[in-house]
Amino acid sequence: MSDHAHDISKHKKIYVMVGVILLLGTLLTFALDHFEAIDLKKKAGMLVATLAALMIATVKGGFVAGVFMHLSNEKKWIYWVMGFTFFFFVGMMGLTLWGMNDIPGQGNQFDAKTGLPIVKKAAGK
Amino acid sequence: MDIPFTTKARPDTGLYNAKLGIWLFLASEVMLFGAFFSAYILLRVGADPGAWAHGLMNVPIGTFNTFVLILSSVTVVMAWAALKAHNYSLYRNCMVITIACALGFLVVKSFEYAEKFRHYEVWMKDGRRMTGHIDYEDGGVKKHAYLWSTKTLSKKKIESIAFTPDAPNEWATGQYYPPLTKEQLEHVKKHADSDTHHHEPIAIKSADIQRLSAFVPAHSTFFAIYFTMTALHGLHVLGGAIVLSFFLFRGHKMWKADPDRLTNRIEVGGLFWHFVDLVWIFLFPVMYIL
Repeated sequence: MSDHAHDISKHKKIYVMVGVILLLGTLLTFALDHFEAIDLKKKAGMLVATLAALMIATVKGGFVAGVFMHLSNEKKWIYWVMGFTFFFFVGMMGLTLWGMNDIPGQGNQFDAKTGLPIVKKAAGK
Repeated sequence: MDIPFTTKARPDTGLYNAKLGIWLFLASEVMLFGAFFSAYILLRVGADPGAWAHGLMNVPIGTFNTFVLILSSVTVVMAWAALKAHNYSLYRNCMVITIACALGFLVVKSFEYAEKFRHYEVWMKDGRRMTGHIDYEDGGVKKHAYLWSTKTLSKKKIESIAFTPDAPNEWATGQYYPPLTKEQLEHVKKHADSDTHHHEPIAIKSADIQRLSAFVPAHSTFFAIYFTMTALHGLHVLGGAIVLSFFLFRGHKMWKADPDRLTNRIEVGGLFWHFVDLVWIFLFPVMYIL
């Protein structure tokens, strides 16, 4: 077997392995929905479920991008293109999170007359 | 005129043109889907308490479709590796599985959509609400009502509907109208897991209905963003399937004439396909679980 053919055979094994990891990750996400300890109706339960689900999705996405799309070993130009994209994507998500302050009930509440943030005092103080 | 750098890399970029092109396209796609995810976050956190229609999705079906797309991602990269190893028959087999998975995904999704279009929520004038299905008779034949709304009731002059309620669920917590007897409620719960149509429908007067809506974008903000994002993703699946099918059915001629060019085309098509998979990996938990 030539080195080239050997390399491809090795890559095929890696692709199958990554496929299995992705399937297991999906099962784990499915299990989150059936995990009774996480109560999605409660804020803490929703926070745990959100963090866990997004973490699993990010790891899975990392495998797809890194291995299947060969981003782990690509040319400089592609890294530049995706680097710029990542920068703007993070910027957009950052603005999204920042914008949550404008939604009633979320983040800071502002006084209609003064426009200043309303600081809630703890009860009994 | 020959198109330059279809197989050989450009000296300045180190890439053949189509590869740089697809990555630039994918960069724009990241921003497109990113904008929709951003909209989702704002709608989600901005929803009034209890107003987000959570728990109405079929999670096992979503999981199955995720499996299907992951399998297709593995087979498309295997198809490319097969061409690299000069194994055309393996490439063809892998591509057949990939396209079958793409079509399978779309078929499952269309059934899922159809089920939503005949699944209803009814808001009563006394404040109660429930989810379920509506059946009606047309020429002696029992049919499912698709895409009915409050307007349909007045337009068709329907005086009452035969509503088969779901078992109490996270969204509609069993505020049945009229209130069910203990036996009726047990019956609904018993059959809910297997088939909601086993129990008798409840007759609801149209005059008592405040609002009737199928699970369509107009139902709620959740379904509006759900249909927008999954339909956009579905279009990408369809587009990818068409391109990959072209390479499957017309690829042999190019393989004979210029094998490297076909290999590169499969790499480019595969990159798009992996991106489609990547988007679904995030869509699945966001829409079905959270």
